[in-house]
Amino acid sequence: MSSPATIDVIVTHVVNVNSLIKRFHFARLDGQPLPAFSGGAHIIVEMQDGENRRRTPYSLMSSPLDTDDYQISVRRDDQGRGGSLYMHQQVKTGMQMRIGYPTNLFSLDKRAPKHLMFAGGIGITPFLAQIKQLIATNGNFELHYSVRNQELGAYINELAQTIGNRLHTYYDDKEQRIAFDTLLSTQPAGTHVYVCGPTPMIEHVLKRTAALGWPKVHVHYEHFAKALPGEPFTVQLQASNKTVEVGENESMLEAMEAAGVDAPYLCRGGACGQCETNVIEHNGTLLHEDHWLDENERVSGKKIMPCVSRFCGTQLVLDR
Amino acid sequence: MSQPDDSAILSRPRYGTLSPIEASFHLFCADDEGGQAIVELAQDVPANFFDSAEIIYVNSQPALNSKTLAALEQLNCPRMYTGPTIHAALPRLSTSISRMRMNSQIYISGSESMLGLATMTAMQANIDHQALQTEHRGSLARRVQCVHCKGITEQVTTQPASCEHCGLLLLVRDHYSRRAAAFQGVNINAEDPSEIPAKEEVFT
Repeated sequence: MSSPATIDVIVTHVVNVNSLIKRFHFARLDGQPLPAFSGGAHIIVEMQDGENRRRTPYSLMSSPLDTDDYQISVRRDDQGRGGSLYMHQQVKTGMQMRIGYPTNLFSLDKRAPKHLMFAGGIGITPFLAQIKQLIATNGNFELHYSVRNQELGAYINELAQTIGNRLHTYYDDKEQRIAFDTLLSTQPAGTHVYVCGPTPMIEHVLKRTAALGWPKVHVHYEHFAKALPGEPFTVQLQASNKTVEVGENESMLEAMEAAGVDAPYLCRGGACGQCETNVIEHNGTLLHEDHWLDENERVSGKKIMPCVSRFCGTQLVLDR
Repeated sequence: MSQPDDSAILSRPRYGTLSPIEASFHLFCADDEGGQAIVELAQDVPANFFDSAEIIYVNSQPALNSKTLAALEQLNCPRMYTGPTIHAALPRLSTSISRMRMNSQIYISGSESMLGLATMTAMQANIDHQALQTEHRGSLARRVQCVHCKGITEQVTTQPASCEHCGLLLLVRDHYSRRAAAFQGVNINAEDPSEIPAKEEVFT
């Protein structure tokens, strides 16, 4: 089969972290241990929201040493397609859900003598798991965590207690900013840098590391694109011989799955490349939202990532 | 004897052409003809590029390298080291890397042994091998690790080659160990040691 296997889980706790963020705990329905994972891994959470089956990636934030309890934190997005609202409003303790196996597209380079971490807002979650792993292995790290204000600074107190002065916190409402250039100019040989947060923060770190002369292979980022809502459109799947309507609040990949097409995927956030699909023909505009295809591939109009990208036009034929 | 087809061996290092990349510090390490790669790169760099650079140059054949050495000296690098052998230069390279900040670029040029040993040294200082720029110039002589006794023989130019440690006759493969900075040599006449293929000079 082309899609990853799934695990039946039960929601063991739902915790209000702050006014925007809830934390969800999962245990295996059959009582067995969950699969081991490494810090930075994410899982896909399946949500049966009425007619719609959504599958959304969330970083695991719990300890990679604990295979009895997976934890994710979900920030409510009132403008999204409804995945986070579903998690916030529908998911309750005791509910049965289905998740995918953990996949890591943001792993630590364990050879590094030092890990320099930049987190923005909810982007803290993969670092929480990585830090637990690094504490257990006596790793050397430094976390720079930027948040809007004290109330929305999720897990700051917990981090302050466990990592002490390795935590550096920056509050937007106090005009505190991470001094990226200073930090990026003073790191000892072998350091790896990691960034997860809002798009402008990730892009800034990628731009500054390149301009200052950092080798690309020492720079890591977790960047899930969001499948955004959009105008409905129709897609013809030539290999499956099906025509699928993609609704306003579903992704092309979700629409294919709803039609019974077993399309490949891994991250569902335009980052991993698994769902890359050939475009046979189209007469409109491919609305690329992924971080996978390069500029040439986008211009060619021959490839699309159905997990996050959409289409505007009357005819789109895919090799799927 | 004919060369085995090792073209599909993924571990065989591939080298490129040095090109200047924006960075706060540039560390160059080269041997013999490799110095010329630095001289050529220097023809197309921003002014003051070599003000924040260091050159480590192994000059094992001073009579042949006098022009290259003079051209390197004209770059007026604040730090320049010249030494007689690769092995003498490696501790210097190691120290320079460990003093370096991450907003730096490393450029290696020269013989197969220089490229391999400098890459190994950078990796030991926790720099990913893909972070290095490399360019081959000069000798193709290989460091060869005997897979049987694990001994490493330097400056191997023939196929097959004798292991200096255990004496076995080795087929020198493209199969490469970055950790040991050595190509792997496998006994060529294990079934019938009396069969001794002629040695040919191939890695020159």
